[in-house]
Amino acid sequence: MTRLPVKKTYKLFVGGEFPRSESGRTYEAQGQNVARASRKDLRDAVRAARGAVGKWSGMTAYNRGQVLYRIAEMMEARAAEFAELSSGRAEVEDAIDRWVWYAGWADKYAQVLGSSNPVAAPYFNFTVPEPTGVVGVLAPEAPPLGGIVARLAPVIVGGNTAVVLASESAPLASIELAEAIATADMPGGVVNILTGHRSELSPWLAGHMDVNALDVGGADGDLPELERLAAENVKRVVHGRADRQSPYEIANFLELKTVWHPIGV
Amino acid sequence: LTDLERRQDRAPVPSGWDYAPAPEARDIVTLEERYGLYVGGEFVEPRSGEHFPTIDPSREEQLAEVAQAGKEDVDLAVRAARDAFENGWSDISPAERAKYLFRIARILQERSREFAVLESLNGGKPIRESRDVDLPLSAAHFFYYAGWADKLEYAFPHRRPEPIGVAGQIIPWNFPLLMLSWKIAPALAAGNTVVLKPAETTPLSALLFADVLRQAELPPGVVNIVTGDGRTGAEIVKHEGIDKIAFTGSTEVGKAIQRELAGTGKKLTLELGGKAANIIFDDAALDQAVEGIVNGIYFNQGHVCCAGSRLLVQESIYEPVIEKLKHRLKTLRLGDPLDKNTDIGAINSKQQLDKITELVAAGEEEGAEIYQPPCRLPEKGYWFVPTVFTNVAQSYRIAQEEIFGPVLSVLTFRTPDEAVEKANNTPYGLSAGVWTEKGSRILSMAQKLKAGVIWANTYNRFDPTSPFGGYKESGFGREGGLHGLEPYLQLDESEARGG
Repeated sequence: MTRLPVKKTYKLFVGGEFPRSESGRTYEAQGQNVARASRKDLRDAVRAARGAVGKWSGMTAYNRGQVLYRIAEMMEARAAEFAELSSGRAEVEDAIDRWVWYAGWADKYAQVLGSSNPVAAPYFNFTVPEPTGVVGVLAPEAPPLGGIVARLAPVIVGGNTAVVLASESAPLASIELAEAIATADMPGGVVNILTGHRSELSPWLAGHMDVNALDVGGADGDLPELERLAAENVKRVVHGRADRQSPYEIANFLELKTVWHPIGV
Repeated sequence: LTDLERRQDRAPVPSGWDYAPAPEARDIVTLEERYGLYVGGEFVEPRSGEHFPTIDPSREEQLAEVAQAGKEDVDLAVRAARDAFENGWSDISPAERAKYLFRIARILQERSREFAVLESLNGGKPIRESRDVDLPLSAAHFFYYAGWADKLEYAFPHRRPEPIGVAGQIIPWNFPLLMLSWKIAPALAAGNTVVLKPAETTPLSALLFADVLRQAELPPGVVNIVTGDGRTGAEIVKHEGIDKIAFTGSTEVGKAIQRELAGTGKKLTLELGGKAANIIFDDAALDQAVEGIVNGIYFNQGHVCCAGSRLLVQESIYEPVIEKLKHRLKTLRLGDPLDKNTDIGAINSKQQLDKITELVAAGEEEGAEIYQPPCRLPEKGYWFVPTVFTNVAQSYRIAQEEIFGPVLSVLTFRTPDEAVEKANNTPYGLSAGVWTEKGSRILSMAQKLKAGVIWANTYNRFDPTSPFGGYKESGFGREGGLHGLEPYLQLDESEARGG
């Protein structure tokens, strides 16, 4: 007698937990019932992300790098599952290597992107990059795993927290990724992943007053309207591309702070 | 006051000690009766056929008439800029481009007195500030960015810097020539051409700057100056021939511009409003801090986006700080902007005076306690007495809204954490000040404050090498320093990784 496999329930990832949508709704994708997040779920995710900013951005860069590296370790262990939920082994390996690449940037980008400034007055003047805060990410529709990883990694390595709207047609890799992240010593709320109907959620993410930046790279709908909504609180709008791997992708989600420190005896 | 200070008698300056008038001569400035638009290297009559008066706000006297650029005028300016960008300016070697900018810096230094007087005439700011702040910084800005023009490839590792094209730049009335310099210097250093609109109420220094460009022999069309009100600005923002918009002004207008540009792919930088906290700890050098408070909010009549308009005082030193501050306020001299002893000049416009008056009335209505030193206001012109509000709750309008005038709201705190929480409790995030003798506390506060510029034991200090710009609703993008080049460049990666 063949054994009946135990199938997974695909849920949301919010605040480090895996809740169903508060709406009780699901939709079918890749042959599975997937949670269909509501506006309320979105607001909960933003709240969780805001709550996690202090802890995550307050960790040392060395620590953040190790957490990102551990995501790669967790994915490597689940590589077979990821391959089934994406285009295959090559996409998975690329995604894992990308985490490793960005993990290494955690304690370096500040040296590349910051500066000390020779002002004509007795002050030590320096500019440091800092996280902008909560970032909304419209993950690319495809590739299912490579897309979300390419856009999420540069956001969080800089100390931001994220609310990600997963690929609508192929969301399973995103939830699998959430499980890898949940076991990577990542503080709850740093990464929040919502599955559901993008057109239903993205305007609310774009217009949310407690979101500081928006990556519209994966937007398929009304891009001008999303950008208009983003202007409501002067969001930084980033047109991210899944094929970009660069420290300047990290820079897109960073603020620059300049400090004038007095010099004197 | 301490006993020692009481013994030293810190009573107000005796009324008999009047300063003799020390006016700067205004005949160094020669004004036309009427100005056209500076397009393609020459002054042209506006196609709109419209002009409007520009005044001296301290006397309410007309200085000249300037053109109200309409849609067609903006279009001609953009065409001139595009033509200059494609035929000539981009062929000039970066080293030669640098030399034009060095020339402009030198000419501004040479003609600094003339510009300083004009800036005070048209804007109402004290000549001491135009002379010692606006002009030296404007020249320094051109000098700094001049040197970048032929070194851009060293600024951004692994990227290929290219100019963007035509930049549309819209600047405010609080530092007319300095804001022009902040905008034009990096734009030209990066190889772009420019259509710039000075503020409606302060167009004259930008029009005189056209004469600097003539003396520098800058090729025609590289810089075009169109005057007008908000309608002209809207035409610039909407124009399809412009590749990048840089705006400094109110958050409200900044949001409208961001909305207008949604979906167009045009580059945008915004330097918007602020409601900065100036935080005084109990271990600060108090007399120095009081000077910093005064400089933070009364510099340029408080018409400063990064003004320290919310004073946060540690409770244990609240009384002496307020007493010293009130004492200091009595010695501020308000009056003729051209007088070299003037500390507080004229409010820039009737419209701004009305806004300040309205918000101060709101502060009194909401229950804050108002203090204004005895002060005689000139009969003509727009003036506002330097004002301090105590007993201010965080929810009051005077603690939330940008007043953009000489009005300080005082709040208190007990712990550093409380100071951080109150300082950050605003949608703005442009700047903040910290006063303490403890270096580690400076850096810890600097880390926690959500603002683009943190001044420690100083305030309202600027330098061309030092990036300036906001967090949150104070805008995005930086002006000044290496980082100030980025908004004016296309920066593709030399060889993008990962496909």
